[in-house]
Amino acid sequence: MADMINKKYDMPLLDIDLRRSTYGEVALGYDAETAQKEAERCLNCKHMPCVNGCPVNIRIPDFIAEIKHGNYERAYEIIAEASGLPAVCSRVCPQESQCESKCVRGIKGESVGIGRLERFAADYHLKNTTSKLEKVESNGHKIAVIGSGPSGLTCANELVRKGYDVTIFEALHVAGGVLVYGIPEFRLPKAIVKREIENLKQLGVKIETNIVIGKTYTIDELMNDYGFEAVYVASGAGLPNFMKIEGENLNGVYSANEFLTRINLMKAYKPDSSTPILKARRTVVVGGGNVAMDAARCAKRLGSEVDIVYRRTLNELPARHEEVEHAMEEGINFELLTSPIKILPDENGSASRIVCQRMKLSEPDASGRANPIPIDGSEFEIEADCVIIAIGTSPNPLIKTTTPGLDVTSRGGIVTDEDGATSKKNVYAGGDVVTGSATVILAMGAGKKAAAAIDASFTGSKE
Amino acid sequence: MFKIIDKKILNPTVTMMDVYAPSIAKKAQPGQFIILRATSDGERIPLTIAGYDREKGTVKIIFQIVGASTLILNSLEKGDCICDFAGPLGMPSKLDGLKKVCIVGGGVGCAIALPIAQKLHQMGCEVHSIIGFRSKDLVILEDEFRASSTRLDIMTDDGSYGTKGVVTMPLKETLESGETYDEVIAIGPLVMMKFVTLTTKPFNIKTTVSMNPIMIDGTGMCGGCRLTVGGVTKFACVDGPDFDGFEVDFDEAIKKSTMYDQQQRHSYDAACNLLNKEVN
Repeated sequence: MADMINKKYDMPLLDIDLRRSTYGEVALGYDAETAQKEAERCLNCKHMPCVNGCPVNIRIPDFIAEIKHGNYERAYEIIAEASGLPAVCSRVCPQESQCESKCVRGIKGESVGIGRLERFAADYHLKNTTSKLEKVESNGHKIAVIGSGPSGLTCANELVRKGYDVTIFEALHVAGGVLVYGIPEFRLPKAIVKREIENLKQLGVKIETNIVIGKTYTIDELMNDYGFEAVYVASGAGLPNFMKIEGENLNGVYSANEFLTRINLMKAYKPDSSTPILKARRTVVVGGGNVAMDAARCAKRLGSEVDIVYRRTLNELPARHEEVEHAMEEGINFELLTSPIKILPDENGSASRIVCQRMKLSEPDASGRANPIPIDGSEFEIEADCVIIAIGTSPNPLIKTTTPGLDVTSRGGIVTDEDGATSKKNVYAGGDVVTGSATVILAMGAGKKAAAAIDASFTGSKE
Repeated sequence: MFKIIDKKILNPTVTMMDVYAPSIAKKAQPGQFIILRATSDGERIPLTIAGYDREKGTVKIIFQIVGASTLILNSLEKGDCICDFAGPLGMPSKLDGLKKVCIVGGGVGCAIALPIAQKLHQMGCEVHSIIGFRSKDLVILEDEFRASSTRLDIMTDDGSYGTKGVVTMPLKETLESGETYDEVIAIGPLVMMKFVTLTTKPFNIKTTVSMNPIMIDGTGMCGGCRLTVGGVTKFACVDGPDFDGFEVDFDEAIKKSTMYDQQQRHSYDAACNLLNKEVN
């Protein structure tokens, strides 16, 4: 009989005082006893609705059943059949809008904590398994993967396990993409990303850092001069969007990408880092996605008071629930139904205040989304010597401008079919470079599909 | 790792290095830049490419020691390796069809102006170079410029070499005498480039400037290098680094370039102390 308690078992969190001043991981994970209790809440539904909610279709009830029985390593193996990055996904997936949203337990109470259980199994494996991964015998086909973010890593993982000779090209000096430059240490410890990448290397994936495709080599050169038979483009989202309001180029105004890159990739939060970062008194973050939450929580840890300005309400906030909760616990103030109008300078020409106006929501439009409408005369100011703009990105131009025959949409995203094939023969694409800013798991799903399509193009069969 | 094949001290604060990076040397064009990290805990710094040898596979960088990162870079010697070196980034300078050009270089900016002068010279273009320095002991690349220029003016602020004065003086005199150019290309400190555009504007001569703002990734991801050009936000790393000088908001760029002055002075002092300790 399943445990019929209507709430998830709590996951312990780092002490709140430490959270405001350190970059230690916030969510600490279940111990074995709690994991077993939470696993008991699963009804093991025959029709497995949760699996359909997972972009990589992990056999969720099966791995949870193994946790119930104490077979933690077996639980991990089941997850790993479908996902190349379990320790990462369990920490960053928006489970509440994916697998957990389909959970039958969610109808009368809280869904099963699928993400928390996945994390338990993944962490158990990282802690307890030291066996070396066996290389699969090479089939001799050379594949290039562009970008070492979640999509590229997933595609490489799938292909190398089928015997392909995979090389990942990364523009930055370290592999991991958004997992290292974007998502902060307190949400995703970099040691975990490093471990996942080491695993890929053990399997035989080659990673070439400092190579900017479109500049150092073009895609045509990879295929014509360097012998790559297929290319998967997973170069991620590109240039940060700005609001085009007055004062956006003042000193003290960052894109979230720049702010997070300084802190995460370049370790600007450490006192001995050679990369500087503004130590603000009061920071305003504009936007409501995970990136906005990450930026706000980083600013808090640098010692700043932080407001998040978002033009809709908490219900529409696109960030993962847990991040919003954690941000609130950490003392971040949410100015909802609020939109910035301009940023005003101090006497030295650096940002000092942001002028905002209040919004109200319209009736839902044809797409079902309520639009924010400005309320006249509601302007007010918030003090801000740092402003971080986190309103998404536009596709990077480097690959599309240097790859003849690659079709892009009017917004600049690469056009693909549902398997990730582009308009150019043997070139596939997926992740943010196709969809625009989205989630880690969707990018991974795309990498997995493209890997299957690439494999099918060589073996002549679809799985 | 990228080996330093040659290192020369050009003046007390400016150093030249040839770095073995064949895939970059193969592609590099004048006007483009690289991003490097001298050591594994270093800052990512952009440096415009000062030359390349496709056969030897080397890329030439010339840098001024202005902060901690360049101080540490300068501590590396011939035979040592630079940890990371990526490029060539940015758009190449557009030089096709030019017949008569004035190149204005200021200080270490001359290092970046030189490959442009050389390429124009090879193309058969008439090149008038004006290069300016604070004083005689800071003059660099004089012979190289002379070899690639039809006319060369050397200016120093204190008059200790060449003509006393700023680079805009001979430029203005030449333009007032009725001479004209297809284009003026200015590379140097922001203030110098601003005044070059103010000098050429009344004569309405197309003026291109090379912007070198603060950058992190250099590939179009972080947006740290944004500038206002013609009232629109542009990203120096993918849209530039060359821009129409009449359109650039120099005052904003000058302000942005000082954003981390205080922190950088602090880390420069720290790096000085560290390097001194290693010497002692």
